[in-house]
Amino acid sequence: MKDEITREERVDNLKGMGCSRKRVEDARFTQGKGNYVDDIKLDGMLFGDFVRSPYAHARIKSIDTAAALEVPGVLAVLTAADLEPLGLHWMPTLAGDKQMVLADGKVLFQGQEVAYVVAEDRYAAADGIEAVEVEYDELPVIVNPFESLKSDVVLREDLVAEDGSIPDGAHGPRKHPNHIFTWEAGDKDPTEEVIANAEVVATESMYYHRTHPCPLETCGCVASMDKVNGKLTLWGTFQAPHAIRTVVSLISGIEEHNIRVISPDIGGGFGNKVGAYPGYVCSVVASIVTGKPVKWIEDRMDNLMTTAFARDYHMTGKIAATPEGKITGLQCHVTADHGGFDACADPTKFPAGFMNICTGSYDIPTAHLSVDGVYTNKAPGGVSYRCSFRVTEAVYFIERMIEVLAIKLDMDAAELRRINFIKKEQFPYTAALGWEYDSGDYHTAWDKALKTVDYEGLRAEQAQRVEDFKAGKTRKLMGIGLSFFTEIVGAGPVKNCDILGLGMFDSCEIRIHPTGSAIARLGTISQGQGHATTFAQILASEIGLPADSITIEEGDTDTAPYGLGTYGSRSTPVAGAATAMAGRKIRAKAQMIAAYLLEVHDNDVEFDVDRFVVKGAPEKFKTMKEIAFAAYNQAIPGIEPGLEAVSYYDPPNMTYPFGAYVCVMDIDVDTGVPEIRRFYALDDCGTRINPMIIEGQVHGGLTEALAVALGQEIAYDDMGNVKTGTLMDFFLPTAWEVPNYETDFTVTPSPHHPIGAKGVGESPHVGGVPCFSNAVQDAFRPFGNTHTNMPHDHWRIWRTANELGLHG
Amino acid sequence: MSKKMHIKLNVNGKDEEFLAEPRELLIYTLRERLNITGPHIGCETSHCGACTVTIDGKSVKSCTMFAAQADGAEITTIEGIGNPDDLHPLQTAFKEHHGLQCGYCTPGMITRATKLLEENPTPTEEEIRFGMAGNICRCTGYQNIIKSIQAAAAEMNAAKEAAE
Repeated sequence: MKDEITREERVDNLKGMGCSRKRVEDARFTQGKGNYVDDIKLDGMLFGDFVRSPYAHARIKSIDTAAALEVPGVLAVLTAADLEPLGLHWMPTLAGDKQMVLADGKVLFQGQEVAYVVAEDRYAAADGIEAVEVEYDELPVIVNPFESLKSDVVLREDLVAEDGSIPDGAHGPRKHPNHIFTWEAGDKDPTEEVIANAEVVATESMYYHRTHPCPLETCGCVASMDKVNGKLTLWGTFQAPHAIRTVVSLISGIEEHNIRVISPDIGGGFGNKVGAYPGYVCSVVASIVTGKPVKWIEDRMDNLMTTAFARDYHMTGKIAATPEGKITGLQCHVTADHGGFDACADPTKFPAGFMNICTGSYDIPTAHLSVDGVYTNKAPGGVSYRCSFRVTEAVYFIERMIEVLAIKLDMDAAELRRINFIKKEQFPYTAALGWEYDSGDYHTAWDKALKTVDYEGLRAEQAQRVEDFKAGKTRKLMGIGLSFFTEIVGAGPVKNCDILGLGMFDSCEIRIHPTGSAIARLGTISQGQGHATTFAQILASEIGLPADSITIEEGDTDTAPYGLGTYGSRSTPVAGAATAMAGRKIRAKAQMIAAYLLEVHDNDVEFDVDRFVVKGAPEKFKTMKEIAFAAYNQAIPGIEPGLEAVSYYDPPNMTYPFGAYVCVMDIDVDTGVPEIRRFYALDDCGTRINPMIIEGQVHGGLTEALAVALGQEIAYDDMGNVKTGTLMDFFLPTAWEVPNYETDFTVTPSPHHPIGAKGVGESPHVGGVPCFSNAVQDAFRPFGNTHTNMPHDHWRIWRTANELGLHG
Repeated sequence: MSKKMHIKLNVNGKDEEFLAEPRELLIYTLRERLNITGPHIGCETSHCGACTVTIDGKSVKSCTMFAAQADGAEITTIEGIGNPDDLHPLQTAFKEHHGLQCGYCTPGMITRATKLLEENPTPTEEEIRFGMAGNICRCTGYQNIIKSIQAAAAEMNAAKEAAE
């Protein structure tokens, strides 16, 4: 057979790994034909919504639902008393704690779910909510975790024994009724010894404020109990649909095969949609009670006030070094505010997530980390907002400590980083806090970044600006923000990563159709990352069928193989690996079929782009398309018909993406307005699957970093009132506030991942927050600033300038 | 519940007539009553623009307007902007330049951009950023949205020139 096109054209036709394939998702989204949970309409569907607590801490004296039940259109009102006989008035959290589904005697945060009104539509539900009468007895409110640990006010009476003793929590001993856990990593005594004997020690306390992932689509679900078949279908904004199915089964007693969980299109997640929320439980119960489908959709205030906050870490660090700047030890203590229930979404063995990556990109021989989790009268959560389990906090901590140490040493912060980087030849590198970094080439990335932005030129310009400022020629300061980050993503190896006992492997199942197209299903679920596009690219390269001929399907637990979902940048590192491995199983069978068809031994054929060729005789070949047809339609001795494969991938290690970011900022000291003049982002995510999508992820992650660093927060007053409950107060940047970003890359493949990919979606957020923050702080460094807390909104920047005496 | 009002609308070229409570929001009318689910709800306070539609030639956030206030109006939603056989240049450009990720803001974003380009067929980047500031995107960082709008503008202007 004559080959009519070149090998290069055959490669291009596949649209496999490495090309900027346009997204297959976009046709429906650009035409308004997405299918999000709130778009779902079922016959007779009802609408549920919550009566929420106006108080942050109060006893509930009574709940009167009689008037609400008289409201036209209201069918039912559920309270804890209704859920208790079912054992559903409390539910387990992902962190081994339990959480009230509906207020059981008291409320612990403003906005807490008190009663669930089921009505014919949203308006009737709102009327019903107005008519529910709840009598509260206010209790003292604690919004500060340090005060909480000293307070006589017990927030969780359910966690104190009758004799007043404090039973152990899910993560060991507790030292106060409001204390959740102490978690440690590294070596305490040797670290303290290094610090005590060091010639130079820099110390800093910093607060990484509470914020929220705030995807544009809020959380929601539709529960439909089919009493005829005994099947429950639950559509929802779930980042982990299989885990939700298992949790629903465990807490409801409905057998898992009778539960179908479907994540339809999801309008952004960023960690907000990992957890299980009272709305899901109440909707399921309401559907069982009424026999009708029940929809629950958060409004924006519900979303910001009650589901899944992020961060809220009070961090104290000590970093020891030689006078030349070689770091010898690092100590970090965190007081973590977890709110009223511990609903952090972290692997079970890591109650502070991967905070123990806080030695960062540096070769630090000795380190110690301790974290104390604390209850307060704030909303529960503690999810990883566009990061892998507290990596954002860890990277912020070390990238600030480096800057603080540079000030102490009177050194350039870029140079201080360079002399402490883990060297290329040290990989795989075992850090003092236990992780084994898979691969990296930090010096190359750093040098490339600094050269591209003309770092020395920028410093010279900055020095001139300071002179001009002092001479009264300008009121604008210039800040150069640096950050070099190493992430730890792709959770993770089942030996040490599970959530609620569910191992964090992932999966892919492929069916090749006889005519040479395919469908692949995965245990993950896209929320905008473009899985349908990129996973088809991985497969195209692995199995030699065009990406355009491969459908990717996720999110339906009745059809997709079991997996732990999409968060913590785990889709490519784990499900992407499963996809490649399943593809290789397909290829192995295809090789046997090809050999049979070509009448040679299995080992005499080899894979070449889209076909198997006879070694040394490339004119003799069978394309994958031909092989697919033969797999189904030709009797081949010793080989079963069909061409399918499934792979469950348990990663041997995490992956460690890294990057080098530089931000150049002008700050008006009189208005506090920062103007981002330039932002350069170099990312190394290992093998690059789709450069267009990578760049898109970087732009988006940087913008969320800008938001967090420069203004976005969930703030409370002393009474526990949420002060930032709408988008009026909660900062989401618009096109007007956001700069253009320059993206760049190096490629250091992961040695243990089948295609060498490391994941990228969260890198820009993780690396971006310290970069923006460092830029603000760097602008004030010449005037004596060492550290100010985020968010650096205009008022706080102005205040910093004022405190430094820059307003004359 | 108060007395229902008689409301007439023309949505995407189709006449609609119904009785609704005075408090019924236009986004609710579109999504729940008329099954037009392209416009989305993101904030219910006019900040995010996911619900943007065109009403009598103006970009409007339908989450904070009562259906009764739109009585007699001509409304265009994303569903009325193009169809699979005849996409609007903006719909093509958003795909071509990766101007969307989760897609939730996209209908409002494109609907707003159609008006922006009608008002100003040759906008600068700054004018696009200002003109689109009422529509929030959480995924893209806007860079590729700007690029998409610029590309669509160029495409539309070239087509217009060719036609003249």
